[in-house]
Amino acid sequence: MARIGNMEFFLDPNRCIGCQSCVAACSECDTHRGHSMIHLQYVERTISVQTVPVVCMHCDSPTCAEVCPADAIKRTDDGVVQTARKPRCIACNNCVLACPFGVPKMQTEFSLMMKCDMCYDRSSVGLKPMCTSVCPSGALYYGTREEIEHLRPRSEPINTFQFGEQTITTKVNMMVPRDAGVQHVDVLSAMEESPVGNAAMLDSVFDDM
Amino acid sequence: MATLPKEQDVLAKAWGPHLNRMEGPRLDTGVEPDKIVPTHCCFCGQQCGINLKVKDNLVIGFEPRYDFPFNKGMLCPKGVKRYLQGGHPDRLTTALQRDPDAAAGFSPMAYDAAIARVASEIERIQSTYGPNAFGVLSGASLTTEKAYLMGKFARVCLKTKYIDYNGRLCMVSAGAANKKAFGIDRAANPWDDILKAEVVLIAGSNTAECSPITTNYVWQARENGGKVIVVDPRITPIARTADIFLPVKPGRDVALFNGILQLMIENDWIDHDFIEKNTTGFEAVAEHVAQWTPRRTAEVTGIAEKSIRAAAELWGTAKTSFLMHARGIEHHSHGVENCLSTINIVLASGRIGKPYCGYGTVVGQGNGQGGREHGQKCDQLPGWRDISNPAHREYIAGVWGVKPEEIPEAGVDCYEMMRKIDAGEIKGLLLICFNPKVSLPDNAFVTRALEKLEFFTVIDFFLSETAQYADIVLPGSLHEEDEGVVAQVEGRVIKINKAVDPPGDATQDWRVIQDIAKALGRSHGFTFESPREIFDELRVASKGGVADYYGITYEKIEAQNGVCWPCPTEDHPGTPRLFEPGSSNPIANGAGPFYFPDGNARFVVPAYRPPAEEVDESYPVILTTGRVVSQFLSGTQTRRIGPLVDQYPEPRVEIHPRLAQKYGIADGDWTTVESRRGTITLRAQVVTSIRPDTVFIPYHWPGRKSANQLTIAAQDPVSKIPEYKVCAVRLRKSEKPADDAETTAPDAARSDITRGGTDDVARTAVQQGR
Ligand code: SF4
Repeated sequence: MARIGNMEFFLDPNRCIGCQSCVAACSECDTHRGHSMIHLQYVERTISVQTVPVVCMHCDSPTCAEVCPADAIKRTDDGVVQTARKPRCIACNNCVLACPFGVPKMQTEFSLMMKCDMCYDRSSVGLKPMCTSVCPSGALYYGTREEIEHLRPRSEPINTFQFGEQTITTKVNMMVPRDAGVQHVDVLSAMEESPVGNAAMLDSVFDDM
Repeated sequence: MATLPKEQDVLAKAWGPHLNRMEGPRLDTGVEPDKIVPTHCCFCGQQCGINLKVKDNLVIGFEPRYDFPFNKGMLCPKGVKRYLQGGHPDRLTTALQRDPDAAAGFSPMAYDAAIARVASEIERIQSTYGPNAFGVLSGASLTTEKAYLMGKFARVCLKTKYIDYNGRLCMVSAGAANKKAFGIDRAANPWDDILKAEVVLIAGSNTAECSPITTNYVWQARENGGKVIVVDPRITPIARTADIFLPVKPGRDVALFNGILQLMIENDWIDHDFIEKNTTGFEAVAEHVAQWTPRRTAEVTGIAEKSIRAAAELWGTAKTSFLMHARGIEHHSHGVENCLSTINIVLASGRIGKPYCGYGTVVGQGNGQGGREHGQKCDQLPGWRDISNPAHREYIAGVWGVKPEEIPEAGVDCYEMMRKIDAGEIKGLLLICFNPKVSLPDNAFVTRALEKLEFFTVIDFFLSETAQYADIVLPGSLHEEDEGVVAQVEGRVIKINKAVDPPGDATQDWRVIQDIAKALGRSHGFTFESPREIFDELRVASKGGVADYYGITYEKIEAQNGVCWPCPTEDHPGTPRLFEPGSSNPIANGAGPFYFPDGNARFVVPAYRPPAEEVDESYPVILTTGRVVSQFLSGTQTRRIGPLVDQYPEPRVEIHPRLAQKYGIADGDWTTVESRRGTITLRAQVVTSIRPDTVFIPYHWPGRKSANQLTIAAQDPVSKIPEYKVCAVRLRKSEKPADDAETTAPDAARSDITRGGTDDVARTAVQQGR
C-alpha cells in the first residue's frame, strides 16, 4: 500500500486564475515525458476571464477502464487511475471518447493514452503532485481533509457528479460554496450556465459609453 | 558608433530569441541530479523559493521548495520554466565586438581584450569630455551586492554623476510617496497580514498575472470572511469575483481615492484618535477632498456612483484591512499623488502597524525592493542615504575611503540620461540588466539616442535588443551562476544561491565590473573576492541608515528563512511589520511609529491632474499597457523559453466589443493602433473585460510588436516614472503586416562562433583568418 494514505486532492475552479502553472509543472513530472496531462481552458474568453482546470477525477468506477477493450487502464489499490499500460494499449481512443470529464489524451507520438495519474511517482512516496505543489491560487490543493476544512471554512468538498442519468463518485473532490448546500454537481446543467464575471464591467462603468 | 551592425532580422536570426525546450537530461526520466540547490526564482518581486536540480553543471529541472514560508512550493509558470534560460543556444559565452563584416554582425573576442577596450574607451571619453560624459545604467534584477557595487563603481571608479537604473520604470512612484508619508519606503507588513484582513483593496495590480502567489493570500482572506475591492480598468482574474469592482478610467486614481476619503469623512468612518496622535496634515487633506463629492468622483473616474459609495462604506467601516497597489496606479505622470491618495485612506482609517492592518506596494522586479535601497539610483547612497545630504556623504565617503567632495552630486533619471545622450552631453554608456529599447516609452527616441553614443558597452547573458547596439558586449552571469541577497515584496532579505558555473568566458557581473576598474588602474575599493565580502561592506555602508542591513548576515538569512530590514544589530531578528510600538526606527527614536523625527506620518494633499495626453477627436481612445503571466518585463529571458512563448506567443490588443464594433473589428482581426509617436499592428482580442473607452497591449515584445512605440515619455515630476498607463491612440481595422514571420529555429552559423570559451574564439578567429 502506497503512501497516499489520508491525502486527498481538492479542486476549486472558483479560485483558478488561468495562469497555467499547473500545465507547466505537469510536464515536469518525471513520468509525463514532457507532456502536460492537465486541460486548462477559458470558459468563454470574450465574456469572462474565467478558466477551468481539469485533472483526472479518479472515478471509483472509471468509465475509461470499463470501455477499454484491451484492459490497459488500471486503478491502483489506493484509487488512482493510471495512464494506459504501454504493452496493452492499442490506441483505440475509446477511453478518450468515453470519459465524462474529457481527461485522457491520445499521445500519438507514443501511440499511447496518457492521463493524469496524480503524479503517482510522487504521491505514492508521500510527495504532493506537481500541479497542487505549484498552483499559486490554491485552485488545485492536495492535503488531508482536516487541513482543507481548516483552510476553507466557506467551502465544502463534494465528490458526486451527475451526468444526466449517470452518477459518478470520484476520489478527487470539487470545492463548492458551503452556502450553496448542494450534495452533488449537476454537470449538464452547469454546462449551460454562462461564466461569471462579465456583468461587472458595464454595471460599474459610469454613464452610457 | 552605436548603430545596429546588421538588419534587425539578421541579428534576430543569429542571436535570438530562439526557443529552448525540455530535451536531453531535462526530459529523461531517471536522471539523478548531482545536487539540489535551494534558491529563489529569478523573475518577479515575490521571489518564490525553488529548488534547482543540477546535473553536470546544467540546471535540469526544479523541485518545489515546500519549506520556504512565502510560497510553500507554489510557483507561476515563469518560475516552473525558469531553468530553461540555462544551457540556451542564445547564451553569450564570449565577449563580442560590433563587426558589420561578420555574418552575425558581431564577432567574438577574447575577454581580456574586450575589458581593455572598454577601459580605454572610458579613459578616452572621460579625458576628452570630462568624467560626466560617461554614464551607467543598471537594473533591479541584480542582487543587492551587485546593485551596491554599481553605485560605488559609478561614483568612485568612474567619478560620474550619471547612474540610474530600471527601477525608475517600476518602483519609484511608490517609493517617493512612501518616503513623503511614512519616511520609509518598504511594504509595511508581512503578507500574512492579508490573511485575516476584513477588506483587501487592490489598486492597479493585475495580481493574478504579475504577482501570482499573492492570489492565494487574497483568496485565503476570503475564506476567512474577507471582502475584496479591485480598482482596475480591466477585469483581470483577481477582479473577476471581486465583491466590489471599480473600473477606473486610466489616470483618474487620485480622484477615486479622494472621493472615498471624502465619504469616509462625511460618514465619520475615520479613526480620530490615530489621526490625532500619529499624523500631521489631516486638516489640509480633509479640506482638499471636500470637493470630491460622489457625483464629481463618478464623473471624473468613470465609475458608477453606487460602486464608489459601496467601496467607501466597506473600506470605511472595516476593523482590519490591507491595501496594496502596483504599477497600475504608479505608472503615471502623477504616480506619486496616486500613491499618496491611497495612503491617505489608510492613515485616515488608522489601520496600519497592527496585525491584519496593512499597506504595501507590490514590487515588480526580483530585487525591486533591494535594488532601490543601496545607491544605484541617481540621487541615493547606500542605506537609503541621500546624496545631497552632507552628513550622509561624509559617512559613505568614510566607508569607501574617499573624500566626501569626491563623491559626485546627484545625477538624473534614466530617461533624462537618454535625453542627455541625445543632446551629446553623455557620450559613452555602460549598461547592465536593462533593455531600454523594449522597456522605455516612445522607443523610437531611445533608438535615436543610443545611435548617438560614441561608445556603448553592455554586460548581458543574451544579446538583448539593446545590446545589439553595443560596440562591446561583455558576457555576464545568470541568476543561478552567482550568489547574493535580494529583498522581496515584504522587505524580507533572502539569499540567492549559486547552482552552476557560468559557461565559457561568461563571468559573474561583479567580477566584470571589477575587471574594468582594474583595467582602468582604479582598483581601489574593487578587489572583493566574493559577494559575501561585498555584502559585509554593504552592511557597514547601510548601518544607521533607514535601510539598515547591519545586523543581517548570510547565516541569519538561512536560519530564519529571510530577515526583514531594518535590522540594526546582529542579535536583532529583523522587522517584519513596520510602525509597531517599539520597532526599530533610527529616525523617530521612540517619538512615534513613523520614520520622521516627530514619529508622525504625513497626510499629503494629492491634487488631481489629468494624464499628460488626453484623448481628443484625432486620438479618441485610451491606451494602457501591462503584462501577461507567462512573460516577464522586456522578455530578454522569457521570450527565449519555449513553453512560456507557447502560452502567449504574440501581443494582442484587447478591445471591448462596443468599441470594436465602431471600427468594424472582430475578434482576431488585424488592428492598427496609432499614437502621436508610433504605430503597431496586432490581432484584436475582443473582450468584455476591459472598459469600452480603453484598449490594452502587453509590452514584453520588441520591434514592430513593441507597445512602447506608442507610449508617451511624460514623467512624474517627482519620481520620474514614465506614464505607461495612459496615452491617446486611434484604431483601425488593418491587414496582416508584411514581416509577420517568426524566427524560432536556432541558427547554426552563430552557435559555431560563440560556443565554448576563448579557445574556441581563437580557433574560430584563426579559421576566419582574423
Ligand atoms: S515570477 Fe514571481 S510568482 Fe512566478 S515563480 Fe517567479 S517569483 Fe514566483
